[in-house]
Amino acid sequence: MAVMTMVQAINSALETKLKEDPDVLCYGEDVGVEGGVFRVTENLQKQFGEARVFDSPLAESGIVGTAVGMCIAGLRPVVEIQFCGFVYPAFNQILSHVARMHNRTRGRYRMSMVIRFPYGGGIKAPEHHSESMEALYAHIPGLKVVIPSNPYDAKGLLISAIESDDPVLYLEPKKIYRAIKQDVPDEKFTIPLGQAKVMQEGQDLTLVSYGAMIREAQKAVVMAKKEGYSIELIDLRTISPIDRETLAQSIRKTGRVLSVTEGPKSFGVGAEIISIANEEAFLNLEAPPTRLAGFDTVPPYPRGEGWYFYPPERIFYEIKKLMDF
Amino acid sequence: MKSSSLSSYPIDFLKKLLKDMLLIRRFEEKCGQMYGLQKIGGFCHLYIGQEAVAVGSIAALDLNRDYCLTAYRDHGHALACGLCPNGLMAELFGKATGCSRGKGGSMHMFDITKGMYGGNGIVGAQIPIATGMAMRFRYKKEKGVVLCFFGDGAIHQGVFHESLNLAKLWKLPIVYICENNQYGMGTDFHRVSAVEDLSIKGAAYNIPGKQVNGMDVLEVYEEVLSAVNQAKEEGIPTLIEAKTYRYKGHSMSDPGKYRSKEELESYKQQDPILILKNQMVDAKILTEEEYQSYDEECKNISNESVRFAEQSPEPSLSSLYEDVLA
Repeated sequence: MAVMTMVQAINSALETKLKEDPDVLCYGEDVGVEGGVFRVTENLQKQFGEARVFDSPLAESGIVGTAVGMCIAGLRPVVEIQFCGFVYPAFNQILSHVARMHNRTRGRYRMSMVIRFPYGGGIKAPEHHSESMEALYAHIPGLKVVIPSNPYDAKGLLISAIESDDPVLYLEPKKIYRAIKQDVPDEKFTIPLGQAKVMQEGQDLTLVSYGAMIREAQKAVVMAKKEGYSIELIDLRTISPIDRETLAQSIRKTGRVLSVTEGPKSFGVGAEIISIANEEAFLNLEAPPTRLAGFDTVPPYPRGEGWYFYPPERIFYEIKKLMDF
Repeated sequence: MKSSSLSSYPIDFLKKLLKDMLLIRRFEEKCGQMYGLQKIGGFCHLYIGQEAVAVGSIAALDLNRDYCLTAYRDHGHALACGLCPNGLMAELFGKATGCSRGKGGSMHMFDITKGMYGGNGIVGAQIPIATGMAMRFRYKKEKGVVLCFFGDGAIHQGVFHESLNLAKLWKLPIVYICENNQYGMGTDFHRVSAVEDLSIKGAAYNIPGKQVNGMDVLEVYEEVLSAVNQAKEEGIPTLIEAKTYRYKGHSMSDPGKYRSKEELESYKQQDPILILKNQMVDAKILTEEEYQSYDEECKNISNESVRFAEQSPEPSLSSLYEDVLA
């Protein structure tokens, strides 16, 4: 057991799999010598050599396209794209090939890759350096989308992602890369994909979030407790496939659901959670299923950041509205 | 020195080149300071060391009709196009008086009235955009040219190759200028490029390629001017690789540990500002006192831009929804 930040925990997961499985390779711009833009892959090249951890040009379509070929040839590439907003040159590869190759070949090819990239705001940078586009990928059949909210989960989920025979988009909340320290086992452990985690049990309202917003949600839960409300907090952990069962059970119990996400509101993950509430718990509902999300605009440069991303006070305000409905 | 002797240039022209480079240097130093004080948020990529490339190239343009596009290291190009330092600093501060009204920040400097069609935060994104803009000149049969700046990292993006093919095929008046500052973030370009001479990459599309010393503003000017003329007169695109160097990290958050102090020092000995200054002093068309007074002036302009930015209003909450849809 060691105390780790999320950056260290992800590094530890990569180290674990590189050590265990010779088919695992890591590459992307700056990944080798420099250890990546956020130093997530630091020292891995020194430890495992240039054949397994290496630099590529900053050419995202090429990075992901070659990973498709490596998977077909039986390898397990883990590629890094520097920011969520830099993935789009590779979007064609992701949608047309990464997500579909398994289906297209009737299961003969397995896209056993992980595409890692930092996402989310709170670092005072505009649009492509701050955006949360998980809903785009969650909408594409054939992909798994994973977002950890703490170092422990980050390691266990990433190891599962690398071992998965499906392609996994692993989004890392850069705002909390180094903000949280936690005990994380040095040795290998896994957390199954597709399972949400009930972080705190409660009776009155189901609060659903993931990634960096979990911290804000936790603070709101404490504020709500002071007012006498018992909130059940769920960390989705895997955005797609979404854990319907855990959500349904919780919403049936509490009768109220509020989701908190970063990306633009319309057509987002919050809309999916509301649909699940309607489909699975309609007769139990005590208040309209509700979502808090980013505005339907691009994440603004620093002056607007405080408005765009939800502080705990606004989450609590929304909880109160639903409790008083 | 490859460029012809100084005497073939008007003195005022040389002084303008010198002043433009100095202003970029002092402005960028001020940006670095303001970033350290957390007045500037997000990411901030400084142009220090590369001044001769933007200044020498843009001096070959007619900014009333030509277009200039670059990527995220764009403060230098904006200043060379004549954008007001106050508006740039205010943009960096995220203030409503910024050249992009405080919504773009460091990577998104625009002023179409001055031929500056923007920085771009995405590596290589501007290359096909610039190529499309060059189509306008050809389609409308107008005499104009596009300068498209990008780095040694962007040249490996697929769109570079798609764009060069189209530029040649459609006979577009465009000059592609690869500012090879040796590092794509922390990666030495040798580690990710199959070829050492990036200017030969035009060959596959029958586009002429040239390497120039990007630390020598006059050499840059002459080569770009000749490419600009060829583009305007004959519709022949060119690829120029300007060998240059950035003194600071990729961005403010990069300590630049991937290169040695000796390497950095050796480039500082070929400083673009010092090269021109020394040439002018040797030719007796500039005195040390004059140079000092230019330097003072540029520092004052940079200080004033900070004052302006500090005192400017912040964008309103409602501005978040401005310009999402027309």
